[in-house]
Amino acid sequence: MNKLRNITKKQLFLPIISMILVMLINVLFDIIDGNAAFDFFAISMKNGVLYGRIVDILNRGSEIAILALGMTLVVSASAGTDISVGSVMSLAGGMCCMMIAGFGVTSVSTVAELAHPIWFGIVCGILVAILAGAFNGFLVAYMKIQPMVATLILWSAARALALLLCNNMIVYVRMDEFKVFGSFLGPIPTPIIIAAICIAVLAAVLKFTALGTYIQSVGINKRASRIAGFNSANIILMCYTICGLFAGIAGIVNTSRIYSADTNNIGLNLEMDAILAVALGGNSLGGGKFNLAGSIIGAYTIQAITTTLLARGVSTAQAPVFKAIIIILIVVIQAPPVKEFFKKRSARKSAVKEAV
Amino acid sequence: MKNNAVLEMKGICMTFPGVKALDNVDFTLKKGEIRALMGENGAGKSTLIKCLTGVNKFEAGEIYIDGIEGSVVNRDTLDAQKKGISTVYQEINLCPNLSVAENLFIGREPLTKLGTVNRRKMNAQAAQLMKDLELDIDVTRDLEEYSLAMQQMIAIARAVDMECKVLILDEPTSSLDDNEVEKLFGMMRRLKEQGVGIIFVTHFLEQVYAVCDGITVLRNGQLVGEYDIEELPRVKLVAAMMGKDFDDLAAIKQEEIKDFSGEPLEIDAKGLSHAGTIKPFDLEIHKGEVVGLTGLLGSGRSELARVIYGADRNQSGTLKVDGKERRIKNPIDAMGLGMGFLPDDRKAEGIVGDLSVRENIILAMQAKLGPMKKIPMHVQNEIADKYIELLQIKTASRETLIKQLSGGNQQKVILARWLATDPDFLILDEPTRGIDVGTKTEIQKLVVQLAQEGKSLIFISSEIEEMLRVCNKMAVLRDGAKVGEISGNMTQESVLSAIAGGDRNE
Repeated sequence: MNKLRNITKKQLFLPIISMILVMLINVLFDIIDGNAAFDFFAISMKNGVLYGRIVDILNRGSEIAILALGMTLVVSASAGTDISVGSVMSLAGGMCCMMIAGFGVTSVSTVAELAHPIWFGIVCGILVAILAGAFNGFLVAYMKIQPMVATLILWSAARALALLLCNNMIVYVRMDEFKVFGSFLGPIPTPIIIAAICIAVLAAVLKFTALGTYIQSVGINKRASRIAGFNSANIILMCYTICGLFAGIAGIVNTSRIYSADTNNIGLNLEMDAILAVALGGNSLGGGKFNLAGSIIGAYTIQAITTTLLARGVSTAQAPVFKAIIIILIVVIQAPPVKEFFKKRSARKSAVKEAV
Repeated sequence: MKNNAVLEMKGICMTFPGVKALDNVDFTLKKGEIRALMGENGAGKSTLIKCLTGVNKFEAGEIYIDGIEGSVVNRDTLDAQKKGISTVYQEINLCPNLSVAENLFIGREPLTKLGTVNRRKMNAQAAQLMKDLELDIDVTRDLEEYSLAMQQMIAIARAVDMECKVLILDEPTSSLDDNEVEKLFGMMRRLKEQGVGIIFVTHFLEQVYAVCDGITVLRNGQLVGEYDIEELPRVKLVAAMMGKDFDDLAAIKQEEIKDFSGEPLEIDAKGLSHAGTIKPFDLEIHKGEVVGLTGLLGSGRSELARVIYGADRNQSGTLKVDGKERRIKNPIDAMGLGMGFLPDDRKAEGIVGDLSVRENIILAMQAKLGPMKKIPMHVQNEIADKYIELLQIKTASRETLIKQLSGGNQQKVILARWLATDPDFLILDEPTRGIDVGTKTEIQKLVVQLAQEGKSLIFISSEIEEMLRVCNKMAVLRDGAKVGEISGNMTQESVLSAIAGGDRNE
């Protein structure tokens, strides 16, 4: 009983419960439909690649998960959100495809047509995203502009810039060497592998360096951190730059999926999913302490909801409504007054037990 | 309720994670009584008050307030205020970015017929209130433009202005100078005549005897006793608080006056300044020397230290550290030269509230090493345990969040943070503020010991007795400028007259 109570106190408890809740809904639907109850968890091989709804969620959720990593750091250090990540994804994708195809070219499909090698395009795309992140960080850390306002600039400008780079067209790169980042590597979807690498690298960095302490300390008390020897401006700048880097990677993955720089749609509204992922992970948007695992679970929970709804045949136009309902539920069970209520109730119960 | 009691608390119990903070505590306050609530750090004074004002939810016990039938439970401070209980806490809980008038009337602003805030009326009422209390304050200016002491007075004014039966003052004098303390006492006596019961929490014994009628003593969350002031002389009070006799507090004044002029210089500042806070000053600190900075509050004591440390950017002159000329732009530069700085505003510049005691202790050490060289966890644990033991920090574990500790224990954690960096030059700005008698002596001993190890220190305190005990030399400040130094055979008299300046004799 005590052990159970300890588990429920952990920060990750509710995010995990939320995730399980979404899975249970799936199982329920499967039963209603007369499918096998655990159809949801089934993974099979079809045409030499992994297939199943779990695989699908992990695959499609990669971009949100990658974005959520950077967003977690930004939220922690600056008590604000970077709302430009979706647009920066688009900018990275546009830059990448433009570099590969050459300015003004709408489609390439053979090596001979390439203006630059594919790797060069990808590096350029990620670099421009890092630059965008650093720009955001500069505005927030050194110009002391509110994060929401500072990142609003690139939220609108980055996507427009991407369109400009692509000469107002959708640039296609119909080559397997490029498509691979959004499709499969062997039997496994490449985005899953990329997301896993991003998570592993960041987790390792946080584990083996003291950056986590730096970021949290600055997020909790900037003035005390300065007196204790931290340069909070540099730390905030770094967090935004890392956030830009991850937005760039997510942008390349998304572009590769559709093997084209559809700049109007790449990463559209994804910043909101990324922010939500951080919040669902039990992290305070007021900055300070953070839990990376929570954000990652949050990211895949959001994707699980989306995938479930689409699998149920809800149209893409209506899906946000149902998504909202589920998210309200999840957010409310994590809300402090609700937590307090359950705590009190269990306290009363144990008091009654003692009395008996 | 007993006769003419205004407040009665019975059998209050409260537990924090791992600590029984209050164990069956009773407390009675009469009408028109000033009662001191005394005890060491972590004795449960603040916790008891927070139970009364509804900040903490206590587990058992009853509270009775004069004029209200039955026992009372306050849901929050607003609720408590409505029932006539007003509080001024140890740390100022006002909004620095609002005007003084807005702070005074927050939550009860006078309204116009349209339901908007009637600013003219609010400002006029606020100005009147300030005038009544003989405070020279422009109520339309932002609170943060005033010194910590002034802010404290404003906080008290706010509490006083509300219809209150019980006024709680939690360490109100810790940031006030003598003059301001006198003003506050005058205010307290006036309220007492009006029949207000006052609970006065403080560490300054002389103040207790100057103004209080009764004393309630707590120790380790338990009630030691409720006394009238006559039946409990100072020595007995300290004994009651510490649970032992008072021999430990024997003066640790250095036996002989040591001459440091032969020792090498650790700090040699010439003409350092920061616009608006401190005028250009020279200061020499030898190795192994403890230099006190003394002066009235707001005289530039803290500001001088901040310029040396780089907390405020130096704008003129030269600074030699250990014989070499250095430029310090940021605290981290100063730390690289072996400096440490314990700021006076613990809440704003000391603690990192949501981090654990362990993380708070290793923070400065880690900052010196840089982000890439993480201190291994087992080393972190060792360091944390070492200082928790050494400074007797009262905490459930090293992983407890620092914000859950009492004020004095938080201070010890910050002190541990700097000791862990093994500094050559340590600045302590009010290190003993809000700390109990026993620990105060420990910290003073520690300062003397550090100096004996050859470290240099700047020591800032409002208590002259304490300064006399630890300092080899004092620099005197007045109106944001260093006006002189005193050394040799320093006495309370000589220091006071130096602070007051030449015009004192005229």
